[in-house]
Amino acid sequence: MRQFMIEPLGGTAGWEVAGYNIAFTNSALWMMITTVLLVAFMALGMKRELVPGRWQMMVESFTGFIDNMLEANIGKAGRKYVPYVFSLFMFILFANLLGLMPLGLVGVHPFTFTSHFTVTGILAVMSFSIVLGVGFWKHGLKFFSLFVPHGTPLPMIPFIAFVEFVSFMVRPFSLALRLFVAMMAGHLLLEVLSSFVIGGGNAGFGFSLLVGVPSFILMVGICALELLVAGIQAYVFALLTALYINDAENLH
Amino acid sequence: MDMEAAKMLGAGLAAIGAGLASLGVGNVFAKYLEGALRNPGAADGQQGRLFIGFAAAELLGLLAFVVAMILIFVA
Repeated sequence: MRQFMIEPLGGTAGWEVAGYNIAFTNSALWMMITTVLLVAFMALGMKRELVPGRWQMMVESFTGFIDNMLEANIGKAGRKYVPYVFSLFMFILFANLLGLMPLGLVGVHPFTFTSHFTVTGILAVMSFSIVLGVGFWKHGLKFFSLFVPHGTPLPMIPFIAFVEFVSFMVRPFSLALRLFVAMMAGHLLLEVLSSFVIGGGNAGFGFSLLVGVPSFILMVGICALELLVAGIQAYVFALLTALYINDAENLH
Repeated sequence: MDMEAAKMLGAGLAAIGAGLASLGVGNVFAKYLEGALRNPGAADGQQGRLFIGFAAAELLGLLAFVVAMILIFVA
């Protein structure tokens, strides 16, 4: 489908480094736009005024939100992960919301790069490698006791350890898959509904009234739902990252 | 049966999984609301767990979607 296509921009299709294509794609462009918007959003709220204005309150409520979440899930040791989890949360949130903006009205085609498994996969691998790094750094080989919960009966240990190991290794996939599929499914749904509206309109007045109008009303509702999903998915990604870091930080 | 038709049928059947996951997600939020109305004081502290439950239930529905996509575009 057109909106999910990755294409090189402005004659960079042939750029190569050591045999790998490094063309500057629309995906990369929208990642840059997201980063610029995010930096601008933060910079406007970080003037450290004594009496916070509206913008500073907005930024502070976001940082306070992530701070509270890490405090509640990890404890005091969670403070040092605030920069990472906060960047992750805001980047995903901005990317999700930016992809939903009706920029098509002014002729720009927004590209939701979180609807691509490569992008969400890298984000998930980053979280997962922080978990592994923290776990082995802090607990050494005792980190493997994560696979044997307290009070497991001796004969059950091999089975439990196997199950825990699988559930541990599946984490990066489930993390990446959730965000990618949720974003892609929403955009697909909107595309299908809009094709109903256009097809109904072309088929004549009766079809337009019977199919087009209800589909259009449904689209408005789904758009609102998608805004909610964009927030929830960013939150869930940050929350699960916090939970996994908690496992590494405190074992269990 | 034709191979192509079988793939499409399989992708359609995968939609059952998405529907069942919606039951799960509905259950998560319903139980949370039930508990929250009984004890509103404890509700805010459990919001994190609510979303963990939601994420776990939702993932299984999303897997059904992935199965459908693989059947249509990859297999």
